[in-house]
Amino acid sequence: MKPEEHLQPRLSLRGIEKRYPGVRALAGVDLDVFPGQVHAVLGENGAGKTTLMHVVYGLVAPDEGSMTWEGEPLRLRSPREAIARGIGLVAQHFHLVERHTVAENLALGFPDAPFWRPTRSLLPRLRAAAERYGLALDPRAQVRDLSPGERQRVEIVKALMQGARLLVLDEPTSVLTPTEVDALFAVLRRFVAEGSSVVFVSHKLAEVEVLADAVTVLRRGAVVGRRSAADGLDRRDLARLMVGRDLAATVADRGRARAAAIAAGPVRLRLTDVRVDAPGRAQRPALHVASLEVRGGEIVGIAGVAGNGQSELVAVVAGLRAPSAGTVEVDGREPGSGRRRRGARNQVDAGVALVPEDRTKVGVVGDLSVARNLALRHAHRRPFARGMWIDWQAVARHSQSAVEAYDIATPSTGTPARLLSGGNVQKVILARELDRDPGVVVAVHPTYGLDVAATSQTHERLLAAAGRGAAVLLVSEDLDEVLSLSDRVAVLAGGRVVATMAAADADPEALGLAMAGVAA
Amino acid sequence: MISGLRRQRSLHRWEPRAEAPAWRVMLVTLAAVGVAALVVTWVFVAYGVAPGEAWATIVRRTLLEPRGLSETVRKAIPLLLAGIGLLLAFRARFWNIGAEGQILAGAIGATAIALFTELPGPLVVPAMFLAGMLAGAAWGAVPALLKARMGVNEIITTLMFNYIALYLVRWLINGPWKARSATGFSYSERFPADAVLPTLGATRLHWPTLAIALVLVAVVALLLARSRFGFEVEVLGRSPEAARYAGIDAGRVTLLLAALAAGAAGLAGVGEVAGIHRRLVEPTQLSLGYGYAAILVALLARGKALAVVPAALFLGFVFAAGDVMRVSLRLPSQLPDVVTGLVLLLVVASEPLTRGRWVRRDPAEVAVAAPVAAPVAATVDEPAAGAADASAEGGG
Ligand SMILES: Nc1ncnc2c1ncn2[C@@H]1O[C@H](COP(=O)(O)OP(=O)(O)OP(=O)(O)O)[C@@H](O)[C@H]1O
Ligand SMILES: [Mg+2]
Repeated sequence: MKPEEHLQPRLSLRGIEKRYPGVRALAGVDLDVFPGQVHAVLGENGAGKTTLMHVVYGLVAPDEGSMTWEGEPLRLRSPREAIARGIGLVAQHFHLVERHTVAENLALGFPDAPFWRPTRSLLPRLRAAAERYGLALDPRAQVRDLSPGERQRVEIVKALMQGARLLVLDEPTSVLTPTEVDALFAVLRRFVAEGSSVVFVSHKLAEVEVLADAVTVLRRGAVVGRRSAADGLDRRDLARLMVGRDLAATVADRGRARAAAIAAGPVRLRLTDVRVDAPGRAQRPALHVASLEVRGGEIVGIAGVAGNGQSELVAVVAGLRAPSAGTVEVDGREPGSGRRRRGARNQVDAGVALVPEDRTKVGVVGDLSVARNLALRHAHRRPFARGMWIDWQAVARHSQSAVEAYDIATPSTGTPARLLSGGNVQKVILARELDRDPGVVVAVHPTYGLDVAATSQTHERLLAAAGRGAAVLLVSEDLDEVLSLSDRVAVLAGGRVVATMAAADADPEALGLAMAGVAA
Repeated sequence: MISGLRRQRSLHRWEPRAEAPAWRVMLVTLAAVGVAALVVTWVFVAYGVAPGEAWATIVRRTLLEPRGLSETVRKAIPLLLAGIGLLLAFRARFWNIGAEGQILAGAIGATAIALFTELPGPLVVPAMFLAGMLAGAAWGAVPALLKARMGVNEIITTLMFNYIALYLVRWLINGPWKARSATGFSYSERFPADAVLPTLGATRLHWPTLAIALVLVAVVALLLARSRFGFEVEVLGRSPEAARYAGIDAGRVTLLLAALAAGAAGLAGVGEVAGIHRRLVEPTQLSLGYGYAAILVALLARGKALAVVPAALFLGFVFAAGDVMRVSLRLPSQLPDVVTGLVLLLVVASEPLTRGRWVRRDPAEVAVAAPVAAPVAATVDEPAAGAADASAEGGG
């Protein structure tokens, strides 16, 4: 008998069912979350995890099934009711007002905040919550200046101040650096040590191993397995449950096997003395004089804490921004040089693919169909364009094959992209960017939100692209991913390339120091 | 108390929809128009006019009698032209409310050709349409350039450009272009016969403009549905960030779009001077607020190019009905504006209805929710929920 069976579950779900046109997102899910427990929910992309979290938070009304909260029936008509009961959500995409301060954003979550100077009365409570859980936050900071990790901290503090006893986190670690992940886990441990509960969704099995007390695995909306930490959690076992079969060896085991044989390839991407000025602050450029060469067949990882010039580097290479000084050459010439600057289209035509950081706002147009999103960046060329017209049948045919090749879970290719699960949106972007044999690939967090199978598939595709002679620039917060895929690693700190090293020689410690700006 | 009220409504729950089906959009739009008709009926009663008789008169004089019908269609022409342009602009979120000024600019361009050039007869009318279109396009391109280059809000600039056009016309007909015969009212010289559009029989329906308008609607529909330009407009309208990533030149698309929209409005101006007035007249007579009503046409069409035709005809009917109310029923002349405003309000307010529906909760769910439905229970058990309700009420 397990210890928690003496206790009453804090939250319990029975037979939760949710159907959308063309999909059964949840097919009779049972779930028990006990006080003092961290409960992990795992599953492939599109398995129904986010939908389940939204049911618990009152954002989605289930078609069938019942919930109980601390022994009483629970009916949620809105998140407000969930908050009132003590349920808090830290969503995958944050819901903060960018132009307001941290304190103002918190005040928005409190109906009892006074009308005049609403933030004043909150400050003592904010300080108390922050101290209790070791969450450092500057209440006067503008949200738009915060890193993803700090924004997440705001969301957590908000939920805690609202008196949450159950914290729901949807893929909380996807956008965090390793240090931020450690800090988050410390907070969550302290939180459950007080008898509160945590439900979290993750694709990173290593994290589940260290943090979870109980695991529920979903596949196609149904529970296919439960595990408890008391019986021991095993990564391979969890992966098998999720995917329904054994997974091939991970890329990490293979990546470095490709020695420096490719070093002979020609330089496909060359940055010379590139500088990018921060808007309105020419004295403090966001990216200082940076020079970098990537050869065909080579994968160069960019390591660095967010906000140290990565996004500017990416924007310049992909043509989203013109450098303030210096040149970016693809295959020996500047894309679009000699013509009027046409922004990213020059780069697209020069064969530069970009998997952008913000997938929902930049990577796809949510209201447009999957098929149109798959043609988004190439609609001006054959086979999609015929002169000034677009051949929608060609777009439809292409989408059909891309959906199959990339295993995109969608009711149809006509479904608006915003209705896809997070991981499947990412697959749409990958399919569009990697499918056309690009010469240069810029991939920012390419496996963000992907399940284990899709992650290893994406790694294989990046390796294959390099194998066909593409120059790959890989930007990721995930050091393991960077180290296992890259041939070389360039470290950005304070807007400068502070070090480049062969990935084989780079140990995480040295990298970490370089990333922190300590000269190697 | 508020929480008590809210809970009683919970027999039904709002379910948002992925995609609004076309029939639903149409139904909601028709319902909005129906509500407006009810309000007008009430106005009839309030003014002591028998509503049945009033409606019968209006329908007879605007739709059934050939002359009335021709007036309805004729008033739809400028709405059609300006409306299809605005629809295009709105699709890319370029909030052009300057169609009124662009109509006037088109009228100026046409007048310049009609009065001050010596073209061979058959070329005069085409040249007028061309000049009017270019004048309108230029008038609309300036705000687009200001937006693209300097980020100036187009709502303000296009609106201000309306006034500039209005006073420009006034100045022209009172100054350099003033007719020698003009004494009380100001207007320009009469257009020569070559510069006047043919009309259908004895009506004032200048059919060449109507033909141009219908062709333009078809072209825009085709562009939006099939062309690269249409796709770029669609992406830009839905997500500027994604458009940049897709390599779409927002400045170029916006400029092209604004010029097209304004050019269409300019054509409407040509039709008004060459088909109706046959001279440049006082701006408020030249365009009876067609440029503003066209905004409503574009909104009524809800993004569908072909739907501009019924929408423009409907507003043409409202304008024509306004004349009937004023002349035959002796109702105040402001009434048509009230109707237009009302329809606008209802169309905008009913927009969310196209995107979801109320569904009945299943009985079990209601039964469980019922005990909470008593306001007392709500306030005792869930003070926080009540407070949250109240605040959302105030803030939302
Ligand atoms: N509002 C909606 N309308 C239609 N279909 C939806 C909607 N929300 C989710 N779905 C569908 O329900 C399924 C489950 O989606 P959900 O977002 O819960 O997956 P997930 O497990 O969170 O996946 P991921 O790991 O990729 O985030 C998907 O097939 C998705 O397309
Ligand atoms: Mg999800």
